[in-house]
Amino acid sequence: MNISLFITCFNDTLYPETGKAVVSILERLGHTVHFPLEQTCCGQMHYNTGYHEEINPLVERFADQFESAEAVVSPSASCVGMIHEFYPKLAALSGSKVLQDRIDALIPKVHEFTMFLVNELKVEDVGAYYPHRVTYHSTCHSLRSLKIGDAPLRLLRNVKGIDLVDLPGALECCGFGGTFALKNADTSAAMLGDKIRHIKNTGAEVCTSADNSCLMHIGGALNRQRSGVKTVHMAEILNTTEEGAQV
Amino acid sequence: MKKGSQPTFEETAGTYIENAQLRRNIGHATKTIRDKRQLVVQELDDWEELREAGRQIKQKVMNNLDRYLLQLEKSVSKAGGVVHWAADAEDANRIITNLIKEKKGTDVVKVKSITTDEIRLNQALENEGIHALETDLAELIVQLAGDEPSHILVPAIHKNRAEIRELFKSKLNLKELSDEPADLAEAARLYLRKNFLKAKVGISGGNFAVAETGTVAVVESEGNGRMCTTLPDTLITVLGIEKIVPEWKDIEVFMQLLPRSSTAERMNPYNTFWTGTTEGDGPQKFHLVLLDNGRTNVLDDETGRQTLHCIRCSACLNVCPVYERTGGHAYHSVYPGPIGAILTPQLRGLDDRSAASLPYASSLCGACYEVCPVKINIPEVLLHLRNKVVLHQKKEGGFRQKTDPVHLAMKFLARAFSKRSRYERLQKMGRAGQWFYKKDGTISKLPGQLSKWTAIRDVKPVPEKTFREWWRDRK
Amino acid sequence: MVEGSEMSSSRDKILQRIDQALGNRTDSTDDVVERRYHQISELTAQEKVNLFQERVDEYKAATERVSEGELPGKLKKLCEEAGIKKLVLPPGIDENWLSELPKSMTFLHDEPQPLSKTQLNESDAVLTNCFLGVAQTGTIILNAGPGQGRRVLTLLPDIHICVIRQDQIVGILPEAIRKLDQTVSESGAPVTFISGPSATSDIELDRVEGVHGPRKLHVFIISES
Repeated sequence: MNISLFITCFNDTLYPETGKAVVSILERLGHTVHFPLEQTCCGQMHYNTGYHEEINPLVERFADQFESAEAVVSPSASCVGMIHEFYPKLAALSGSKVLQDRIDALIPKVHEFTMFLVNELKVEDVGAYYPHRVTYHSTCHSLRSLKIGDAPLRLLRNVKGIDLVDLPGALECCGFGGTFALKNADTSAAMLGDKIRHIKNTGAEVCTSADNSCLMHIGGALNRQRSGVKTVHMAEILNTTEEGAQV
Repeated sequence: MKKGSQPTFEETAGTYIENAQLRRNIGHATKTIRDKRQLVVQELDDWEELREAGRQIKQKVMNNLDRYLLQLEKSVSKAGGVVHWAADAEDANRIITNLIKEKKGTDVVKVKSITTDEIRLNQALENEGIHALETDLAELIVQLAGDEPSHILVPAIHKNRAEIRELFKSKLNLKELSDEPADLAEAARLYLRKNFLKAKVGISGGNFAVAETGTVAVVESEGNGRMCTTLPDTLITVLGIEKIVPEWKDIEVFMQLLPRSSTAERMNPYNTFWTGTTEGDGPQKFHLVLLDNGRTNVLDDETGRQTLHCIRCSACLNVCPVYERTGGHAYHSVYPGPIGAILTPQLRGLDDRSAASLPYASSLCGACYEVCPVKINIPEVLLHLRNKVVLHQKKEGGFRQKTDPVHLAMKFLARAFSKRSRYERLQKMGRAGQWFYKKDGTISKLPGQLSKWTAIRDVKPVPEKTFREWWRDRK
Repeated sequence: MVEGSEMSSSRDKILQRIDQALGNRTDSTDDVVERRYHQISELTAQEKVNLFQERVDEYKAATERVSEGELPGKLKKLCEEAGIKKLVLPPGIDENWLSELPKSMTFLHDEPQPLSKTQLNESDAVLTNCFLGVAQTGTIILNAGPGQGRRVLTLLPDIHICVIRQDQIVGILPEAIRKLDQTVSESGAPVTFISGPSATSDIELDRVEGVHGPRKLHVFIISES
C-alpha cells in the first residue's frame, strides 16, 4: 500500500524518532511510505485557543498535500482528532463548497497510526521486543474524539518481553490541553501532579501513549522530578526488536 | 469599561487548588458520585436511546420555544395558576416581591433553586424586608454561613462536619450538638419544621414544566420540596424558559435520565408534580414566573443553543478534572463546572471579563460530553465560545489586544505554518535560539508566558535534525 | 394596572426575542421524537413484585409481603412495635385493614373536617394505599385518589405505612407515566413519587435517612403467593 505520512509539526520538530519509527514499521510490513514535504501544521493549537479564522489556509493546504494519497497516517491522536472533528466545520466556515467536498472525501482516508495498524492493516503483532515495565496513558483525544478503543493495548500486549501495567485513573486527563497548560497553569499543574503520582505508583520505567503532546507534558514533569521514568511514543516501542531500534 | 468586578477563573483557581480540605472534600464527593453513577447507568441497556430521546425532545423545545411557552401559559391558567413573564432578574424579583407583599408576608420558605440564586432573589427580598429561608440542608448551611454554593447538587460540599456543627450551634442557638451528620440533619429538621408549619408563602424553582398539561415538577431528596410546595397557601415557582417539555410522556425520559445522572440513584426519594391548583390540597394560589434573563441570547446562537438543553444534573461537574481540583467557587458564577463554563458567558455576555475567561477553564478532555444525559457537546461549545472571545477581543481590544503576547504568537505562527519555507526557517530558529536556555541536554527555564510551563516541567530541546531533514538525507 | 402592562411588555419582549433568535425555522411542534428506549417491560408478574421489593429495600425502607387476610394482624404488630398511637387515615381507606387494631388507638380521619397541620404534625403515622408501584426504581406513586388523600397527609406524620397490591406494580417508569396520563391531563390531581424515606447526603456525602418527610417508610405488599 502507498501510505502518506502526516508527521505533524510537533513530531517533525521535536520528536523525529517517532516519525522514523513509523516509517520503519510500515516499511517492514511491506508498504511504501511517502512524505509530502509541503506539509506543515494541522492548526489544532490555533483552533483550540479560539483562533479559527487564521487557520483556514491550513485546511486547504492539508487537502492539497494529501488528497491524492491512498491512505494518510499520523502518529498523533490529537491532530487526527482535529482533522476528523473540526476540518469539516472549518471547511464549511470558509464558504467554499469545493473545499468542503474535498475534505469530506479526504477524511475517511486519514488514520491514527495504531488504529491504522489494527483496524486497516489487521496487524496486532509487529514483531517487537521490549523488555521493560511499561504503563499506557490513553490520551483524551484517543479515547473520546477518535474512540481508539483497545488498539494500542492490543499492539502492546503482543510485544515480547514487555511488562505492561495498568495505570490507575487512566481515563483522566493529564492536564495538558495545549495552551490550557499556560493560561490555566495552576489547574494544569494540579492535574499533572496527580497523573505523575499514579505513574510513579505503577513502578513503570516507561510511560507510553499514542500522542507525543501528552507525553511531552508528562515527561517534562517526570524529568524535572528526576523520577527515573521516561516517556516513549508507542511507535518507538513497536519499532524495537531483539536487534534494537530499527531505523 | 469592562463589566463585572469578579476575578477571572485563572486569577483565583490557584487559591482554591491550594486549599487542602476543599481538595479532599470535592475529590471525595466527585469520585463517589461518579462511581455510583457509572453503576446505575450501566444497569439500563437503553441508556443511549434515552439520551438521544432527551436530546431530541429538548431540541424540539428550543426550536419552538415561543409556541410551547404560550401553550404552557394557557394550560397553567386553565388549571388555576397565574403566569408571569420576567425579561430579566429585576423583573422577576419585582414580580415576586409584589406577590409576597400582597399576602402581607415577611417570611417565606424556599426550595433549593439555582435559578433564584442566579437572579439574587434572596438579596432582593431582604432589601424589601422579606426573609427567604433556605430549606435544603446544604443551602441552609450556605445561607447561615453567609457563603456561596460550590456544587449544583451538593452546594455545601466544601464544608466539613466540624464547621457545620459550629455554625449550627451559634446560629440555631444549640448548646449541645455532635458532629454526626444524622444529628446535624435532625437539628435542621426541628428548626425548619416550625418554619414550614407557619409559612404562608413558598418559593420554588422547577425541574420541568409540561406545556401540554401545565404540570410542574420538583425533583428532590429531603422532603423540603414537598413541604414548600404543599404547606403554604401561596406557591411561587420561578422557571427558566428553557425548562419546558412538550408532553407529559416526555417526563418518562427525563425522570430516568436525571436521577441517575444527578444523585446517581435509580430514583431520588421525592418527586412532586402539580397541575395548577387543587381544591383542598396544597397551595390555593399558584404563580409561575417565566424567566428569560439572558436565555434568549443563548437561543440566538445556533451552536450555543444546545446549552439550554441542560437539566442541571451536575454529572459534568463530577467527571471534570478541572472542577475536581478547583471546586465551584473558582467559576465565580452560580453555574460552576463545564456547563457553567459555557452557560455563564452566554448569559452574561463577553464584556464580562470573568465570564469570558470560563471557556478557557477546560483542558478539552471531553469527559463532560460523554456523561451528559441530554448530549450537550460541551467541548464543541467551549471551542465555539473561545472563538467568539477572540473575535470580541479583536473588535474591542484596541492597542492592548494588538500587543497581547498570545495574540501576537498566534498571528506569527499562523503565518509561519502557511508556507513551507517560513515553517522550515522557524524550525531552524528554534534549534539555534535554544542554546541560551539549554543546560545538560534539557531546558528548565524559559522566559515570559512559557515560564509557566517550566515552573514545574522541563522542556525537551529541539534535536539536531528534524524529521524532514532526516527524510531528505535518507532519500 | 401598571403592573399588568409591565408584565405584558416583558411577555412581548421575550416572545419577540425568541422569534428573532429562531429566524427562518423549518422545525415544528409536529416533529417526531424517536423513542427507541423500552416502553414496556418484559418482566413476569412474579419478577416485578420481587424486583419491586428488592429495590424498595435498597432505599432502607421496610417491606413485608402479606396476603390480604394477614394484613390486619401484621398492621397491628407494626403499630405495637413502632409505638403508633395516633394513626392518620385518608378518606376511602379500606376499613377491613384496621379490624385488629386496638380500640385504645386514636384514628385521625381527614373527613368530614380536614385535619389541621398541628394535628398531623403531632400524629405518629399515616396509613395509605397507592396508585402504582414501579419495580425497576422501587417507586411508589400517589395521585391523591381514595385511600391516599391530600398530599399533606403523607408528609407530616413521622411514619408512612403504604399498602400496595401486587397487580399495581408495573415494570418500568414509562408504563407508570402512561397510566398517569389521565390524572395529569383530566383531573389535574397532584402526583407524588416516593422512593424510600427522605434522605440527605449534604454533609460530607454521608447519607442520612429521614430528613423532612416521614422518617420511616413501611410498605406492605399484598401478593397471592
